[in-house]
Amino acid sequence: MFRACMNMISEMAKTNPNVVLIGCDHGPGVELSEEIQSRYFVEPISEANIAGMATGLAAEGYIPYILNHATFNTRKTYEQIALDACLQKRPIRVVGMGGGLTTAHLGPTHTAIEDVAIMRAIPDMTVVVPCDADEMTRLMPHTLTWPGTIYIRCAKYGRPIVSDDKAGFEIGKSILMREGAILIIANGAMTHRALTAAQQLSDKGIECGVLHVHTVKPLDKNIVDYVKKARKVFIVEEHTLIGGLGSACLELLIDHSVPAELPPIYRWGLPDAFVQTYGDQDLLLEAFNLQPEQLVKRIIHSVESEGAPFEIAMGKSYDDV
Amino acid sequence: MSNAIAELAEKAKSSKLDGRSKELRRLVIGGLQGARKGHIGSALSLIEIVRVLYDNTLNYKIGDLTWPERDRFILSKGHGCLGLYAILADKGFISKDELSTYSKEGSRLGGCCEELVPGIEATTGALGHGLSIGVGMAKGALMRKRNNRVFVLLGDGEMGEGSIWEAALSASKHNLTNLITIIDDNKVQLAGYTKDISCFGSLADKWSSFGFEVKEVNGHDIQELESVFEEKPKKNPMAIICHTVKGKGISFAENDSAWHWKNKISDDLINQMYVALEDY
Repeated sequence: MFRACMNMISEMAKTNPNVVLIGCDHGPGVELSEEIQSRYFVEPISEANIAGMATGLAAEGYIPYILNHATFNTRKTYEQIALDACLQKRPIRVVGMGGGLTTAHLGPTHTAIEDVAIMRAIPDMTVVVPCDADEMTRLMPHTLTWPGTIYIRCAKYGRPIVSDDKAGFEIGKSILMREGAILIIANGAMTHRALTAAQQLSDKGIECGVLHVHTVKPLDKNIVDYVKKARKVFIVEEHTLIGGLGSACLELLIDHSVPAELPPIYRWGLPDAFVQTYGDQDLLLEAFNLQPEQLVKRIIHSVESEGAPFEIAMGKSYDDV
Repeated sequence: MSNAIAELAEKAKSSKLDGRSKELRRLVIGGLQGARKGHIGSALSLIEIVRVLYDNTLNYKIGDLTWPERDRFILSKGHGCLGLYAILADKGFISKDELSTYSKEGSRLGGCCEELVPGIEATTGALGHGLSIGVGMAKGALMRKRNNRVFVLLGDGEMGEGSIWEAALSASKHNLTNLITIIDDNKVQLAGYTKDISCFGSLADKWSSFGFEVKEVNGHDIQELESVFEEKPKKNPMAIICHTVKGKGISFAENDSAWHWKNKISDDLINQMYVALEDY
């Protein structure tokens, strides 16, 4: 997904002379086009300066893309993104590679578990979490003209491809990838897991839809209608439950509907804790009960029991309960 | 402190103020009449710096604020904005009447700079931002093959921000000869003397070690400022350390951290400030 992002920046630079790419002691991981070479800078390890410098370039009419690990590009750049980019309307594009648990092998310094929350909290910010490399490719041309600053979370490696070109791409417009009375809302790395879970549920006779919400801010108000039509809704995210996709959806629903109109809604994500273990994205998602087979079990349990939501204590798997 | 530096600091203390410098300071004092609070000492130390920039150095068109070839000036120590507002009012970017709305509800003249004010290039106030923005603007100007320069004014206390030194690395790496970093070295920050709080040692050595061509001047001497701002380095970005006096022009406010920011300013105190300025 990150490579698709870099490839697109390289391609867009061929025809747009304002595209600038700034790395923080980090290369793009792809061969860049000749056209962008004079507008590609590898800066010292200095995240705050890079974000501020990018806004200075934006003031001169450039379209700067700054790339770094998702943690560093959100935590260390926060004030510059808030005050220099968003407040002063000097749009930059913040590319967060290794979003979520993608770089779990490097531990809690590199696992971006609250990046969406902190970026979303900034006024005038846009937050996008594509689900695969193809969708990243569809997103990137929009970043040339989108008026505000954008955080782009690269939350997985590029495959599997689950997005469809026919569905198109528009910032702020969610995509119903699959219909069903039970609805899973997801984005990023969780979208293909939600689709896999939905298929397995369908095989078991439970029709399950998947709404892919690639833009967490601005949030698509149509989500309210999708939720109202569903029998039960499960919002799954590779992020803590504080301030991410689930929070955003609930805020929208509370503001644009009355409780009686809403079905039961469950949120499943990462615990409110630093991820102090190692491994890879798949292993950790399993540890947090977010892999497709676990989603299936949890949803079945929830659908069959019409009572209180079924939750699992931290550190225990579904099968332990 | 070397003898030469001590001499510059002494010259800054003993520098007299001419009529124009006093008039600009009267505008600063007038700005206090609305909200009765503000960063007074921080504004008064930079008056001659902005005076020379706007009188002699900067290329700008008041009727065309977005003229691409204009020189950019960023007041990174945004809390010193009352001094900048004074020169902007003097030059006609804003009206002199507007100054008394400083920091008041509904005013666009806040307690820190905002770029929505005509003539202000960047919103500052959170310290440590201006130089990075300036790096981007200077790099952008070079990429656009424009000849304009970018001036960024830092406070001495502000240099405790790590982002300043990140930006210095970047400016040096890109050989930004069109970026002029000015330090308002008034030697006092909010909590006391900068030498006691921030322990910078030799500022000249620090900037020099980051690849800057360093100049040191009396920041209240008009001719020295005119001369140094005209210099155009060939290879490296330039840092100009301006030795100044916090609260310059109001004898009882000088070198006193209590005047970094002051509130509840009475009519009587304002009158005392006017009198002290006339007697200076």
